[in-house]
Amino acid sequence: MTLATFDRSAGAVPQDRVAAARRLSLWLALLLACVMAASLAIGAAGTNLWSALLSLARGEALSVVDRTILWDIRLPRTLMGALVGAALAVSGAVMQGLFRNPLADPGIVGVSAGAGLGAIAAIVLGASLLPAAVMAALGAYLVPLAAFAGGWLSTIVLYRVSTRGGRTSVATMLLAGIALGALAGAVSGLLVYAADDQQLRDLTFWGLGSLAGATWAKLLAAAPIIALALVGAPLLARGLNALALGEAAAGHLGIAVERVKTLAILAVAGATGAAVAVSGGIGFIGIVVPHLLRLASGPDHRALLPNAALLGASLLLGADLVSRTVISPAELPIGIVTAILGAPVFLWILLRRRMVVDL
Amino acid sequence: MIFAGHDITVTLGRRAILHGAAFEARAGQLTAIVGPNGSGKSTLLRALCGEVPFTGYVTVNGQDTARLKGWELAALRAVLPQAATLAFPFTVIEVIRLGLTAGTSAGRDRLTLRALDTVGLAGYAGRFYQELSGGEQQRVQLARVLTQVWEPVAQGMPRWLLLDEPVSSLDIGHQLLVMRLLRDYARRGGGVIAVMHDLNLTAMFADAVRMVHDGRIIAAGAPAEVLTDAILSRAYGCALRVNRAPAGQATWLLPHMASA
Ligand SMILES: Nc1ncnc2c1ncn2[C@@H]1O[C@H](COP(=O)(O)OP(=O)(O)OP(=O)(O)O)[C@@H](O)[C@H]1O
Ligand SMILES: [Mg+2]
Repeated sequence: MTLATFDRSAGAVPQDRVAAARRLSLWLALLLACVMAASLAIGAAGTNLWSALLSLARGEALSVVDRTILWDIRLPRTLMGALVGAALAVSGAVMQGLFRNPLADPGIVGVSAGAGLGAIAAIVLGASLLPAAVMAALGAYLVPLAAFAGGWLSTIVLYRVSTRGGRTSVATMLLAGIALGALAGAVSGLLVYAADDQQLRDLTFWGLGSLAGATWAKLLAAAPIIALALVGAPLLARGLNALALGEAAAGHLGIAVERVKTLAILAVAGATGAAVAVSGGIGFIGIVVPHLLRLASGPDHRALLPNAALLGASLLLGADLVSRTVISPAELPIGIVTAILGAPVFLWILLRRRMVVDL
Repeated sequence: MIFAGHDITVTLGRRAILHGAAFEARAGQLTAIVGPNGSGKSTLLRALCGEVPFTGYVTVNGQDTARLKGWELAALRAVLPQAATLAFPFTVIEVIRLGLTAGTSAGRDRLTLRALDTVGLAGYAGRFYQELSGGEQQRVQLARVLTQVWEPVAQGMPRWLLLDEPVSSLDIGHQLLVMRLLRDYARRGGGVIAVMHDLNLTAMFADAVRMVHDGRIIAAGAPAEVLTDAILSRAYGCALRVNRAPAGQATWLLPHMASA
């Protein structure tokens, strides 16, 4: 694979990895376009994208079946896969920059679990706790917003617990993340007991993590939050670069450290929360993508963040393609695919970087 | 123009670490802060650069630092910490580029290479920071700090280097290289404030010395005024005797000559 062929041992490190990263962006954009096309073209139903496009080009109307499959099923699923993948990868990259650690991933340190708790609480308790007017006003945004709030709270607690005097302890971060994740999981479990049948059906896809529930309504509810986080994240790039030197040194470089931290936490919570709200917990994209990109073109966040969005989108769509073709017409939960790909990479990072990461 | 701390008191946890210290350094001079381990040198420097909460106030070139924004301060002074960490596999040139407060235009990129050259690391640009030796890493950090305030004087105002033990992991050749570099920065109108442990280098290169002991500045003045038998023996808790080089200039001192 082209990304991993970058050889660090031969002393062949280019002095300017910024240019390499720019070129990489072009390739990644191309890759995303191809994967999106494939995602539209391939599926359990035999609809053929090309013949559909040809007939559209000839000015003919699509058959109802083709129209439903392409427009109501595959297109929202493809767009949602791209958005969620980008959101997961970028929030992983931002979180790693914030915690100054390559192992910080929303899925691993309990932020996804917190977001999931927020979403489940909204589904189960929303109707009984909130006035009907508020429920109606929020509509489809209720669940993503609640997930955002849950992710935001867990990120703040995590940062407070694991950062002392501007330095983050990795061991504390991972342990606190485990505790947070367990707590959120337990409370979520309690809520599931309280759920009625309809709510249970709403909840089932959470544990699996899947893009199968993609609809235009869900897409439109999640898209603004994710888009905001994706557009805002690159503005943090310079601050996150400086933070690699530690909070104090970043401050001496003129970075408004507190503001960068607050915005980074909001971006992580927004992107993770919205992604979790529409697709459940999908793990490991947030850790694999930034790590591969750092190997390929360096840790500079100005290139890392946009490239992470592109590669994350491609990777999740690719995993989704696998998940819905290997045992077609049934579907493998996508979380299984990303975990099979991602968990070994995570272990490999741990092994290789034990000296660099101060565990 | 001066860099001054007035009545600086720092309390960390429940311990008072600095007790109303008064500090002053002049532009055009290399001011050394010396004193035993744990006396509060780093804490004083961290208070001067606003890194720890303190009571009292600090002025740079006559301006109260509490009224300056982060980026305004960053244009006036750069800070080298006693211990530096780096989270991700940046290359040397990328670390130094972090010192550029604005973007990386081609002209300024040449600056980063020049900074690398002045600390004796020409040719290291593409190496990974984490794969360098301790002394090489320290010089990369110094180059980063130099890049941040490259011109000693900007818009008629002196700029400042605040360095916590800049030569602590360097060999004797690079110690001299860096001390000459710092003295040159001061000669060209900038201000240098450096925490030092090596009293001989301090005597050779410093224009002014501040002796910190137990959270107080117990002596301030020219090297010959501060580095005396009485003050050194009191501060370091062992009987030390200073000497003059035959040429009659700098003070020197050997550990051999200490009596218990
Ligand atoms: N964060 C902290 N919390 C509590 N006490 C601290 C903290 N940082 C430093 N101290 C204490 O303050 C005192 C002064 O520390 P400081 O780092 O300023 O010493 P120093 O003079 O720079 O010593 P050295 O020569 O070893 O670098 C020490 O006794 C130290 O234990
Ligand atoms: Mg110190």
